Amino acid sequence: MASSRAVRRLNNRAVRTLAVWCPDWPVVAAGGNADEPSAVLAGGHIFACSAAARLEGVRRGQRRRDAQSRCPELAVYPHDPSRDARLFEQVAESVEALVPGIEIVRPGLIVVAARGAARYYKGELPLLAKISTTVADETGRDVQLGLADGSFAATQAAYFAHIVPAGESAKFLAPQPIRSLDRPELADLLVRLGIRTLGDFAALPRADVLARFGPDAAYAHDLAHGFEARPPSARSAPPDLAVELALDPPVDRVDTATFVAKALAEQLHERLEARGLACIRISIEARTSNGEQLARSWRHGGVSTAGFSALAIADRTRWQLDGWLSGTIRSDDGQPTGGMVFLRLVPDEVVADAGRQLSLWDSTTGLGSDFSARGADVEQIERALARVQGLLGPEAVVTAVVGGGRELAEQVRLVPWGEPREMLPGDTCPWPGQLPSPSPATVLPEARSVTVTAVDGSPVEVSDRLAVSAPLHWLRIEQRAPIEIVGWAGPWPLDTHWWDRVAARRRARFQLTTVDGAGWLVTFDSGRWLIEAVYD
Amino acid sequence: MLHSAALSADLLERVGVGVGSFRSDDAVLPVPPALLSLFPGGGLRRGSTITVSRSPSLVLALTAQVSKRPGWCAEVGSPLLGSAAAVEAGIALERFVRVAEPGEQWATVTASLLEAFDLVIVHPPARAGQGDMRRLSARARERSAVLLVAGAWEGAMVGLSITGSKWQGLGAGHGYLRARQVEVQALGRGSAARPQRVKVWLPGIDGAVSLAHENAA
Repeated sequence: MASSRAVRRLNNRAVRTLAVWCPDWPVVAAGGNADEPSAVLAGGHIFACSAAARLEGVRRGQRRRDAQSRCPELAVYPHDPSRDARLFEQVAESVEALVPGIEIVRPGLIVVAARGAARYYKGELPLLAKISTTVADETGRDVQLGLADGSFAATQAAYFAHIVPAGESAKFLAPQPIRSLDRPELADLLVRLGIRTLGDFAALPRADVLARFGPDAAYAHDLAHGFEARPPSARSAPPDLAVELALDPPVDRVDTATFVAKALAEQLHERLEARGLACIRISIEARTSNGEQLARSWRHGGVSTAGFSALAIADRTRWQLDGWLSGTIRSDDGQPTGGMVFLRLVPDEVVADAGRQLSLWDSTTGLGSDFSARGADVEQIERALARVQGLLGPEAVVTAVVGGGRELAEQVRLVPWGEPREMLPGDTCPWPGQLPSPSPATVLPEARSVTVTAVDGSPVEVSDRLAVSAPLHWLRIEQRAPIEIVGWAGPWPLDTHWWDRVAARRRARFQLTTVDGAGWLVTFDSGRWLIEAVYD
Repeated sequence: MLHSAALSADLLERVGVGVGSFRSDDAVLPVPPALLSLFPGGGLRRGSTITVSRSPSLVLALTAQVSKRPGWCAEVGSPLLGSAAAVEAGIALERFVRVAEPGEQWATVTASLLEAFDLVIVHPPARAGQGDMRRLSARARERSAVLLVAGAWEGAMVGLSITGSKWQGLGAGHGYLRARQVEVQALGRGSAARPQRVKVWLPGIDGAVSLAHENAA
């Protein structure tokens, strides 16, 4: 008991922390206007929404349909974590110039130790004023600031734009709802037990919380008390855990950077795993061919005892590289001033692995949900694909996403392996004019020219008013002997881009069966017959 | 009919027929029940090589059954397989990885994928040598994967092809393609040396693969 009290005292020395929060960042990054109802959608559910949308009753986690029934004029954007991170880099840079040593918790939230900076700017209030005006001037973004003891309390304070006086974090946190701990399962349970605020939770004896709900809940209990938001076992990592890679040729493209990020993240994760460690803060460091040194720290989820998963490390690295490549190391004309020649991942703080962080496939972010089924050994799959990507480049290995669209080619998007397979807003809508199933098993990448003739051998034509000049009778592919058509249906008009004089195309589609048993999808397009696909 | 076919597949799987049966729960990958009579081992034996010539839908139907297991499938060397048709067949696209243009590296790529995937479909280029194919087949055996060659290769355990096909649903200027009846022929070595035929709907009105006649095969 004595030793646990000692640990508690140590943790109680919560560092004065500043939190910089951009409200509804995913919406802002997507280009939504805070004064108009707009929302960002991930996996069919609302991921973030603007204040105006909240007023209309839109909530995080709602289904798209429910949100739109509450607020029909809601503007919806697809969720793009790398865009969020890329644009947030400007804000991070602007804050870092004033207060060194920032940690990004997620795109939209930064925490940083504030004591030194407050002394430098002669007080906490002047520091906050300086930051909010500088960020607004340099980036045009709106930030909300909070100051308190410990990063959890500071984050909560930022949500209320509040300065919590030193030593009063516990008092400030007490009336906050239990769900601000960001542990939905625990919150659910506690609310059913009648514990609704952090104060109620903090009033429970710690030993009982630990015995009944386990170490993570005990840690949450410490947070509710306003103790330092750092897992008790946190320690700085021994230096040999860092992984690094010299890049030759220099990397100046995002897709290549993604690939590098993944390989390095896997390596780091393996190294940590071998020692039974998990990482809760990671520094990403890079050097460009012009000798610029870049570095940025990311903190895991702010308040968690489980470290970064391999996928989460890869994501943070990719976002950061993307941010640098599209901002920091580009001159005004948008060209990179130099590629990255060196990359290093340093686990700044590690904790003993509680056995929760999993390999690339079980994370709750991005790919994770898609890959819940575990057939073959997923690690082996990942290794095999990495080898192939190494051989042919990251773009050569793809999975398909089938979405909306009338034309066969536009229905399918190919996503390079490792990129998130996201649905676009139009994917789940019905598309009038789409072909009925069954879909053709063979889709030609480029339509092939053929000849279709009537029984007397004269060419069949389709008029602008979709009149077919004669029943279709012979199908001739290149110089081969004509095949007899035994069944046909059409024409089904396919007008695309009719609103655009230049891009507008008017085509007529037919399905054919030939005497050899094959089925064909052909189109009549400005006087020519083309095979698009084969039902074979 | 369908029930008993599914049952016997299940039974065979549990007994663990085939090579590499050290993983007895898993020695045979499932095939569509309607095609079961073409596979003497009760399904796709792990470690085996089969060929499917001139029928992408048959490739999709076989892949779907492995994908639903749930298994991981990959395709090397052709951009032609329709993704919408793959979804309709029941393939989980997130576990169906495609390398459309491996170029000269097609054999290396296929070999790498055989290391980890349950089923690898390869469209060998016209110039593919016997040596390459034999090496890949050996790799599949070693890794207990199934190599599905889209095309012809006589070294395969079973060769499937479509010997007859008839679409339904189209008239003269009306209707749309709804269902197709095909005759699938299997020609194999060893226990499968005698040609076997079965008439199936590929796809049926409901989109599924099912036997066309009770007394087929």
